[in-house]
Amino acid sequence: MKENEEEMRGRSVHLSSKMAVEESGMFRIQQTIGTVLCCKCGILMAPNAANMCVKCLRSEVDITEGLQKNVIIMYCPECNSYLQPPRTWIKCELESKELLTFCVKRLKNLNKVRLIHAEFIWTEPHSKRIKVKVRVQKEVLNGVVLEQAYLVEYVVQDHLCESCSRVAANPDQWIASVQLRQHVPHRRTFFYLEQLILKHDAALRAIKIKQMDHGIDFFFGNRSHALKFVDFVGKVCPIKSRNDKQLVSHDEKSSTYNYKYTFSVEICPICREDLICLPPKTALSLGNLGPLVLCTKVSDSIALLDPLTLRMSYMVADQYWRIPFKTLLSSRQLVEYIVLDVESMISEVNVGGTTYALADVQVARVSDFGKNDLIFNIRTHLGHLLNPGDYALGYDLYGANSNDIEIDKYKGLVIPDAILIKKSYEEKRLKKRGKPRAWKLKTMNMEMDNSNRKLDEEKMNTEYEEFLKDLEENPEMTFNISLYRNKEYQPSEMTDADDDGPLPLDQMLAGLELGDEEEEDNNNNGQGMSD
Amino acid sequence: MAVRLQFENNCEVGVFSKLTNKYCLVAIGGSENFYSTFESELADVIPVVKTSIGGTRIIGRLCAGNKNGLLVPHTTTDQELQHLRNSIPDEVVVQRIDERLSALGNCIACNDHVALTHTDLDRDTEEIIADVLGVEVFRQTIAGNILVGSYCTFSNKGGLVHPHTSVEDLDELSTLLQVPLVAGTVNRGSEVIGAGMIVNDWAAFCGSDTTATELSVIESVFKLREAQPSSIHDEMRKSLIDSFV
Repeated sequence: MKENEEEMRGRSVHLSSKMAVEESGMFRIQQTIGTVLCCKCGILMAPNAANMCVKCLRSEVDITEGLQKNVIIMYCPECNSYLQPPRTWIKCELESKELLTFCVKRLKNLNKVRLIHAEFIWTEPHSKRIKVKVRVQKEVLNGVVLEQAYLVEYVVQDHLCESCSRVAANPDQWIASVQLRQHVPHRRTFFYLEQLILKHDAALRAIKIKQMDHGIDFFFGNRSHALKFVDFVGKVCPIKSRNDKQLVSHDEKSSTYNYKYTFSVEICPICREDLICLPPKTALSLGNLGPLVLCTKVSDSIALLDPLTLRMSYMVADQYWRIPFKTLLSSRQLVEYIVLDVESMISEVNVGGTTYALADVQVARVSDFGKNDLIFNIRTHLGHLLNPGDYALGYDLYGANSNDIEIDKYKGLVIPDAILIKKSYEEKRLKKRGKPRAWKLKTMNMEMDNSNRKLDEEKMNTEYEEFLKDLEENPEMTFNISLYRNKEYQPSEMTDADDDGPLPLDQMLAGLELGDEEEEDNNNNGQGMSD
Repeated sequence: MAVRLQFENNCEVGVFSKLTNKYCLVAIGGSENFYSTFESELADVIPVVKTSIGGTRIIGRLCAGNKNGLLVPHTTTDQELQHLRNSIPDEVVVQRIDERLSALGNCIACNDHVALTHTDLDRDTEEIIADVLGVEVFRQTIAGNILVGSYCTFSNKGGLVHPHTSVEDLDELSTLLQVPLVAGTVNRGSEVIGAGMIVNDWAAFCGSDTTATELSVIESVFKLREAQPSSIHDEMRKSLIDSFV
């Protein structure tokens, strides 16, 4: 510590008064500062406030006493950041200004002295030591200000930060897995669920996500994380879950058990736009609904609409799983019709937040059109949307060969020839084909399961495309998910003024830029940690 | 010899005692230690008197005196005055003075021939000082401090002044006082010399914080090494014998 210079500053009151006298032009005897003996060692020195020489003063008082000279700091080697307790990680380079600020901030009791200067002393990076030379001032003994430099050694301990440890976790060392399944021939539900999970960061703690046949597997490092995830899924769709555990190891002496937990979650196979024939008991419990009903919405409950009477009923998951039923026809079996004539029966009514109008329409299958004269006179709930000449999608009960057990239980049930589900915007879409959409969706990072039969990629892509179309046409679906602005999209000269069907997208675009995704992710991590 | 002592764990011994060549005043303390130190050093030569002034114990700061007289402030009670007159030798005049600045010990520093005083002291007081103490009076400051009694101490042999005193001031003061002066400290660097120590021609008492260096400065400037109460007579006798021979 030989280079530690110390300096003493006495009171300079006399000096300033002397200056004032000199300025006033008064005669003043010249003052020579005398010498006194240091009161401890007796060497000759100029008098100061403590009347002690620098060496004695230093031996008498150590102003660095009580200041930290050794500090342990946490460093995440993955993202080069330092832990600012309690939970913030600060990214900074070695020997940088930011690191110096961080290092100085970590010193306790520094408020008792005045910090004058701090600088790094070079150390080998692999030595895991950071040395900072700190120069401080403090008032000691009757107003003498002592300045002293001292060295602080920071021991850098590697410690993965929360987000890095999540990434670095061995995906094969899972403790709990959630097997999410829906036994339907399409993956629509999972596309939607994926967006919900992303929006709510529900699977943030998953160490591995694997796409399986008929579902997705989520793997977690902790049972509670899995439980939380199952809870989340239970809030967004009707599920049935059971859990099992498998003993992995067991220590008799300390009576500890290691388990692997598996949560088997089954999502109800009823999807939006499915045609259902309700079992008699269920129909009865819902107030003689149906029995031919359409599922209009699936959340934690299922919304069922009788298209012939416009009665709507909600069914909670419990109720469904007591008497489960299957769909009569699902959206893949939709057939395109052309509307020939519309007779509006009653004015529009609002059922469960959506407007419907009963109408009698004359329709013909597009496939039959121009081949035969098969025309159906049916009743539909889409009277307000349909105009003669429009195309509509519906279930062809006339041609369907259903082998549903439930439908056979009803004697004397008159089954309509067709049930229209939605208006078709196919021609408008044809005009737009090849143009990118104005928005994008995020995707979850999923592993493909190759063990089972190979998933048909093409089929997946068409299904995904259909899901996107669905989103375009159903504003209420996009309510729960985040859309991101697509930078590639340039609005065409022909504005979408004539597009009354597909929604005005600008309203619901999340105001985030895809280009900033990385940054935004960081922000999310930051939030997660500071929570 | 210089002695280190403290008064009830306080090193400012000059506050609680007054020492001249003819008498020594000591404050009435809780413990007898302080008094007995003086007793053992001085008792066979001069009287050591326990007293209070104005009911307080800070007698060293309130009174001023030398071998000719003792000045006490107007706060002194009649009983105290009577006690003092009874206790100290008859040739010493005890005088109560009516001075606004009642801490006479802080305002007056004197030996048996010269006194330095506070610059704002009354003219009447100045005359009384000159008459009672039999001294020449100079209004002075020491290193810019007007409380001359606090920041310096001198006997007939030498003197110690505030450490910040400049060389020129030191020369001037020592010309006035006709004794060698030195700038120094007591009580481990304390600059209030008058409060930290008391001295007469053969003895000095300092606060117990005083370091060996300070003690050696004090002993050399006050010429205490060879000093004994009898050495004065010896010296006189020598010169007398010299002149006779």
